[in-house]
Amino acid sequence: MIAVARPWTGVMVAIFVGIVTASSAQVVTEIIDPPLEDPILEARAQTIHKQIRCLVCQNQSIHDSNAGLARDLRIIVRDRVTAGDTNDQAIQFLVDRYGDWILLKPPFKATTIALWLGPILILMLAGWSAWAYFRAASTQVAKAVPLTEEEQRRLAKLLDIEV
Amino acid sequence: MRPIAYIPPMMFAVIAVALFLGLLILKPKEIPSALIGQPAPTFDLPSVDSTLHGLSNTDLIGLVSIVNVFASWCVPCRVEHPLWVEVGEAGDVPVFGLNYKDYQENASKWLADFGDPYTAIGADLDGRVGVDLGVIGVPETFVVDAQGLIQLKHIGPIDRYALENKILPKVRELQALMIADGTDG
Repeated sequence: MIAVARPWTGVMVAIFVGIVTASSAQVVTEIIDPPLEDPILEARAQTIHKQIRCLVCQNQSIHDSNAGLARDLRIIVRDRVTAGDTNDQAIQFLVDRYGDWILLKPPFKATTIALWLGPILILMLAGWSAWAYFRAASTQVAKAVPLTEEEQRRLAKLLDIEV
Repeated sequence: MRPIAYIPPMMFAVIAVALFLGLLILKPKEIPSALIGQPAPTFDLPSVDSTLHGLSNTDLIGLVSIVNVFASWCVPCRVEHPLWVEVGEAGDVPVFGLNYKDYQENASKWLADFGDPYTAIGADLDGRVGVDLGVIGVPETFVVDAQGLIQLKHIGPIDRYALENKILPKVRELQALMIADGTDG
């Protein structure tokens, strides 16, 4: 069975590698934005930066992205933090403008229930089907029916002849 | 080979196809705007030319209008620009320009070269008004109703299809609403 599965494995790997390479690799020139002088505020700003999606390159945080908009948003976060915003307030400021989409970690609410609970549900389903499969397999063994009288007679006869 | 051995590759195929279709149909690059139905942000910007009137959010109240975010450095803006010149010439709806992170002299020259369809232009030099509008990249276009509420957002350059089937119908719908509201009140 393993030998038969091999061509499939090759196809799967090829498709997977294709998807990964097609969605990465964006080259952007570096633009430097200065960090805040207060190390505590800068650390807070960077904590926020890491939670904010770069909307231009999508699966990078604005902390990692060199895009112009990411730079603007980094500066805005620094401004908000300096102005006395809490981390949540600074994040809300961006969510108000760009929606939940800007958060790399989606919030738990009605529209995202499938996203959060889906994997758990699938895991439970897989667990249940595995349990059902193995239970069925074990009961099949247990269900071995005793020989009928006719069979026992035949067996006895055969054994007698042998002996 | 037992039939059960086909299940993992089949499941993989189903998931791969589903994800691929999701990529095509759901268009993950088109991020829904958080501002639909929300008032346009407060702003007051100078124009690209000091002799001209700039643009503030109060200009968006009273009439249904289009706000087009553009920049002279933006290539797709050039592609859609003739359509805005056309809309400007038709004169059915004011088109306001938000000149995004541009040099004012470049923007002036760009408009002199390609035509200026804008009723008024605001120069958003540092892109802050763009962020308040949830702009991700230029060009972007908003349709704003007479109360100054954002009612439609189009990401990327418009083509004739988007203009005639998405943007202008929305404008006409909102204009009809405005007239209905006007006669009621």
